[in-house]
Parts: sequence; structure tokens; C-alpha cells
Amino acid sequence: MIRFASALAFLVLVALPARAEVDIQEVTSPGGLTAWLVEEHSIPFVALELRFRGGASLDAPGKRGAINLMTGLIEEGAGELDAQGFAEARDDLAASYRFDVGDDVLSVSARFLTENRDAAVALLQSALTDPRFDAQAIERVRGQVLAHLKSRETDPGALASAAFDRLAYGDHPYGSYYGGTPESVAALTRNDILDAFARTVARDRVVIAAVGDITESELGALVDTLLGGLPETGAPLPAELAFGATGGITVVPFETPQSVAQFGQPGISVEDPDFFAAFILNTVLGGVGFNNRLMEEVREKRGLTYGIGTYLVDSDYSESLVGSVSTVNPRMGETIDVVRGAWALMAREGLTAEELAGAKTYLTGAYPLRFDGNAPIARILVGMQLSGYPVDYVKTRNARIEAVTLQEANRVAAELFRPEALRFVVVGQPEGVQSTN
Amino acid sequence: MRLARFAVFAVLALSARPLMAAGEVTDFTLDNGMQVVVIEDHRAPVVVHMVWYRTGAADEPPGKSGIAHFLEHLMFKGTDERAAGELSKVVEANGGSDNAFTSYDYTAYFQRVAADRLALMMEMEADRMRDLALAPDDVATERSVILEERATRTDSEPGALFREELDAALYRNHPYGVPVIGWKGEMEGLTRDDALAFYRQFYAPNNAILIVAGDVLPDEVRALAEAQYGRLVPSEGIGPRARPQEPPSRAARRIVLEDARVAQPSLMRSYLAPAREPGDQGTAAALAYLARLLGGDAATSVLGRALQFDSQLAVHTSAGYSATSLDDTTFSVVVVPAEGVSLAEAEAALDAQLATFLKTGPDPVAFERLRMQIRAAEIYALDDVGEIADRYGRALTTGLSIGDVQAWPEALQAVTIDDVLTAARAVLDKRASVTGWLLPEGGEGVL
Repeated sequence: MIRFASALAFLVLVALPARAEVDIQEVTSPGGLTAWLVEEHSIPFVALELRFRGGASLDAPGKRGAINLMTGLIEEGAGELDAQGFAEARDDLAASYRFDVGDDVLSVSARFLTENRDAAVALLQSALTDPRFDAQAIERVRGQVLAHLKSRETDPGALASAAFDRLAYGDHPYGSYYGGTPESVAALTRNDILDAFARTVARDRVVIAAVGDITESELGALVDTLLGGLPETGAPLPAELAFGATGGITVVPFETPQSVAQFGQPGISVEDPDFFAAFILNTVLGGVGFNNRLMEEVREKRGLTYGIGTYLVDSDYSESLVGSVSTVNPRMGETIDVVRGAWALMAREGLTAEELAGAKTYLTGAYPLRFDGNAPIARILVGMQLSGYPVDYVKTRNARIEAVTLQEANRVAAELFRPEALRFVVVGQPEGVQSTN
Repeated sequence: MRLARFAVFAVLALSARPLMAAGEVTDFTLDNGMQVVVIEDHRAPVVVHMVWYRTGAADEPPGKSGIAHFLEHLMFKGTDERAAGELSKVVEANGGSDNAFTSYDYTAYFQRVAADRLALMMEMEADRMRDLALAPDDVATERSVILEERATRTDSEPGALFREELDAALYRNHPYGVPVIGWKGEMEGLTRDDALAFYRQFYAPNNAILIVAGDVLPDEVRALAEAQYGRLVPSEGIGPRARPQEPPSRAARRIVLEDARVAQPSLMRSYLAPAREPGDQGTAAALAYLARLLGGDAATSVLGRALQFDSQLAVHTSAGYSATSLDDTTFSVVVVPAEGVSLAEAEAALDAQLATFLKTGPDPVAFERLRMQIRAAEIYALDDVGEIADRYGRALTTGLSIGDVQAWPEALQAVTIDDVLTAARAVLDKRASVTGWLLPEGGEGVL
């Protein structure tokens, strides 16, 4: 199994990418739901991932934070069981369920032993179809959410995101924090919670993946048991919108020794034929890992920061190219100049052939390393479905990266990177940095 | 606490499609004293290669706080054979990722790559164990980076400053009271010579543990390790790790930190507590139960039920215990009071619950449920050999043996209700504790 080709293997500096060896099956349940499955019978448990599209962006007008609060309540009692009874039943089965929500999806991550599978699924089913939303639980979880919202008011990173999102997305759900405000959350009623549940958790928007000790037919039956009782549909999904911030600097004064900056500009969709070129460009500029241009310029050469990164954000209803960095107040001005310089250089000259080759080797080599456990693979499988990828994407993805030419990458660099469109939001007391507009 | 070299932390995960059972462990020692642990997982063609040194922040000379972590950063700055940054570039060129982390008792370096690149990783890691070469300019720039790291992770986070103060008050004599990142004033004075002195003293094959986890076979790892690490000359003078110990504790201590950036007051109490000892892990195992019973899941734990459910005095409660530590460790409880509840009220409620628990002990049903969950966790753990590698690394750098690591799950299953109560009575003694209040500037009155 091990592949030490020879004692000289370590002399080979450039890797041939290893292949991700997962066998994904597309399962259609008797009830008509589709799930992706990787069978892995060596450990007696299953990792199950569900995603409900729309997530917290389906909050009703004036009810910001309702879906977030509702998500925190799904596990707080269902059917005959109150919150404590539910937790005891879950622990008796040594199962775990995690419910989470963000701008695009409500996620359910479950893990259960083979020996307890039916009971663990039945308990999860009761949470997803018959949550109690008891008054006492609502008040308890509301208190936790309010404490969290209060902490965000003095967290520079949260303040930067909030100001940036408002500039970029205005009144669209993306323009505000999905957790809501202290005022909006304080005003939510039990009816609002019930409505939030009905808007979000429905069969027509669910994406399913399972990895572990389960067969195709067992998964089909499991999915029908679990989700057969859900309503067919919920609230209409949000509208697409463009990234709306323009170039410039916004300073949000805040007393702290170190300023935090978030910066960004319009991005590119995964459905765009140029996406993979953009993905490579971002990897070289400020993507994963250490050896990108921004880490080199900002950290390695100048010691301005502990970390800087940029990300191509392909949300379901908009795209952006964003980054963030922290530095002590006197050095934020210099840091912004360096970031702008790197942006302009990328737009003007693109990549070198060497950088393109290095990024391709890295990205194609790193990809198979992600498939390293039932739970990580299940998360990858739901992510692929949400992005609209076909089941054979795992096998074609590296070829798509290899296919990007230097000419193509540099054409996309000139189109995508727009230094004049880059908006910085700085929270802190940056010296010599003023709001521009 | 441990610090990683950079913020975007690679997830250390590896898992198993067994040729044989997942998580098969083999160990041996090279002639130069370097210990080797191989953890097999053949599900994916991936390997994690780690070198752990038996040295960390608690081994620093006085006045040089932060040097262990600073050296960890400087280990990426080149050797007599490789330029600064080259190691990470080679790892990336092979599709892998790398990073490092520093704690009180250990410093570790790792790469995650396709399994057939293991030899190259070993060659580079062996090179920097003995032949680090530091340019003065690189040292000066990297010192700015660690100061920025402190600014980001400690000085900008009142909660982190609070924990730093709490540890400093709890450990009056032992270096666990000094932050791993270092005190800012001392960090500013750290030099190239300081780093090299620490390097020469502690970085040697006979003070290191190699852990290889993933799609590998033990015999092949042994051959590669002998070729790459076996040629390194061991250091003399690596002695026992004797740090100044804590004297008997006689006085309950209190700290109050006020910071304008605090929106939500909270209280935390840390007690000195014993850690896992070689051949004697029973007390630590009982304390691991105690933490979960008192402050695990809110809906089932003692503090969660009493303070979050019944009286609704708190929005959050938790308890924590770090079992794996070379010297005495900490057992902590945290309460975040509900709106309108003062820290004094929250603390009184906490004390009342602890007193009741010490009298009556845990609910037998809750205790059995937890024992079963801990057993199940061993099955789930097989999905992540990176985590298993971490268990070995932490244990072997804190005085435990491979036998101790393998006996730990049984030690956990052997715990009784009486053990928990005995351990709780010994540890939950305010005279060996610090109670901290974290408040907005001006105290609770301003809220």
C-alpha cells in the first residue's frame, strides 16, 4: 500500500498529484430525496451532514435574528422531551448533533454509532419535525444570543465586518449580521420562532451527504425516516445582488492598540468559466498557507502583521474578493499601501510562469489531502452539492486547475483585480489614515 | 494554551481505511535516543510527519519569556543548506502544508503531505534540528511579527489578558505563570543569541520525538528515520526538567480586571490540580469526569442545570481540566451571568453548587451516562489519527510513556463515583485557587 517508489523519492521536488480516492454514490431514496454517500465500513459510525439552503437570509422583514435564535432552539426539546430530556437521550446514545446557521445555509451535523443508528435517527427526526420551542428555552437561549451580540459591539473584527457588509450589501440580508441586533432579538416572539422554522427547514432546499458504516439502501431508508415528515417548501430564496461598495477608506474609530482592516471588491462566481483562473490568482496573492505575495510583503519582509489573507467569497447570492489584516495603529497606513500595491501589481502584470506552476502544484497536491476522515468527507460532499458540482467533480477538479494557461490567468488578473475599487474598512485608531468618502 | 506559527491553522486530521485495524501504533527508539511513534491509517494516501521537542515556554531562562515561541518562528528562517522560507515552499510545492506550535511543555513542527513525500519531510526536519542558520535581519523582522501576534491575540482580547493575569496569580513560583507568547517588555529585548542558546540547549535527537501518522508501515518509517534522523549526533547535558515548583497554597486569591472593551462580565476560578502521572493516572481521570459532570453540556451538567436552567442566573457555565501537563495543572470553572445578575450573585450561586456537589457527589445516572460517552469517544477518535498523534506527542513530552497513553482509556473507564468525589474534595479548595472577575471599565455599575 505504501508507495516509496525508491530510496531516491525525496529528490523528486515537484509532486505528481495524488488522486483523491473516494467513491461517491448518488442515492435516491424511495421517497425521492437525493443523498451523496461514501461507504466506509472500517469504523462503526456514520457522519451525516444536512444543509438547508437559504439559511438566515430567509429572516422575515423586521425579524432579523429569528432564524439564528430558532437554530439555537432546535435541540432544546422535541416531542415528549424537554431540553434536558433531549440532551440525556442524545447522550445515552453517544450521538452528537450540531445545528448551525449562516448567511446561506442552516446546517445539521450528526454523528452516531452503528449500534444506535435507528434510535439516534429517530431522536434527530423528532428535533427536525417536532421541536417544542418551550417558552423557558426561548428565554434561556435568547439570553445567550443577547450576550453574544453585546460582545460583538466591542470586538474590532466584528465591527469591521459589520461596517464592511453594510457598505457592500445595504438592505439585503447580507448587509446585516444574521444574528440580528439586541433590539430585534429582544422583540422576537414564539410565533416568530415558529415562522422562522417554517421558512427554513423544508424538503425542497435540503442537501444531504453521509459517510461511514452504512449502505446505499440503508441510507435511502434513513433519509426518508428523517426528512419524510418535513414540509415540502419554505420561504422563497433571496435575490441575487452585486457587491455594492466602491473604492476608498472608511475609518471606524475604536480605542485599541491594534487596528483591524477588512478590505474587498467585487468577486467572481464559481459558475464563471474564469473561476479557476481567479482561484489560482487569489492563491498567489493571499490564499491558503504561507508562501503568498501578501504574507511575503506584509509579514515576512516588513513584520507588519501576524497574519493576512484574501478570499474569493462565492456566496449563494453574491460574490466578492475580500481580505483582512491587523497591525498596530502607527503602521496601518503603510500596510494599506502595501496591500494596494500588491493589488495593482497583480492587475498590471499578473503572475509569472513560475508562480502559476507553483500554485497549480500546491492546489492539485493539497486537494486529495482533504479527504481524510468520514466527517471531513461528508462536509466536502454537501459543499460540492451546494456549489452545483456533479458527482464526478472530485475526479475532474484537478484537471480544471491544470488547464489554466498563463495567458488566461493574466487576462483574468487584469479584469478581476481593480485597485481603484478596493474598499478598506479600518476599526481602531490608525495614524494618518482618514475616511475618504 | 498553545500558539501556532500562523493564524490560518491547518486542520490536523488524518484517518483510516485499514489494511489492518485503524489506529495501529508501533514505537521504537533510534540509536541516538530519538523516540519514534508510528500510527497507521490507510484510508487516505496522506501522512502527518511531526517532530516534538521536550522543551517549551516553561523551560525558558528567567527574563527571556517568549524565547521558546520566538525560536519556533525562527526555525523557518533557513539552515546551512536551505534559504529562509524554503522548507515551507518545498512542502507547498509538494502539495502539503506545514506549521508549528509552542506550549509550556513542548514545541512541535509538522507537515501534512502525500504519504510518498515522507522521506523529503524527514530530510528537511532533520536538517533544521541541528543546522539552523539565522540572518540578523530575519531575526529583527520576525520579532516584529511576534509582537504583532501578541497585539492580535492577547492585547486586543480582554479575555486573553484576563487569563494571563489569572495564571500569573495562580502560579506564584512556577513558570506556568508566565505567558507562552512572553511579556511584551521581555519580548522586545529577545535577541538572535538568545534564540540560538535555547536552540543549542534543547534541540537534539535525544530530546525529540518523531511521530508519523497515516498511510505508512512501521518498517518503512524505521528505515527512513534511521537514514535521516539516525545520523544526527545526540547532545550531552540534556538533564531532567526541574522547574521551580509551587509552594503550599494558603491563601485564596482574587483578581479584578476592568477593560473598556468588555461588554459581558464574567468570572473564572482556577484551582491548582494534579496532572496525569506516569503509572498513576487515576486522579487525573477522575478530574476529567469532574470537569464534564460540573460544566460539560449545559442541559446535563451540574452548573448548567442549576445556573442556566433552574435559577437562570447565568447565560453560560463551563468547567475545564487539562490532564496532560508536566507539572501541576489547572482545573477551572467559568460563569457568565445573565443580564441584571451581578458577579457577586453569580459567584455565590457557583459556590453553593460546588458545596452541594462536594457533599452529595454526582448523580449515578449522569455518571454512568458520561462513562459510556467517554467509551464511545474512543470509536469516534479513530476517524482522526491527527488527534491520536497529538495525544502521543503531548503525553511523551510531559513525562508520560507510551504505556501511559495506551492505559488512559482504561483509566477513564475505571473511575468510580468515589474517585470523583475524593478528587473533587482535594482540588476544589479555594486556598489553592484564584477567582477572577472580568468587568467593563468602571465595574458593573456602568452596564
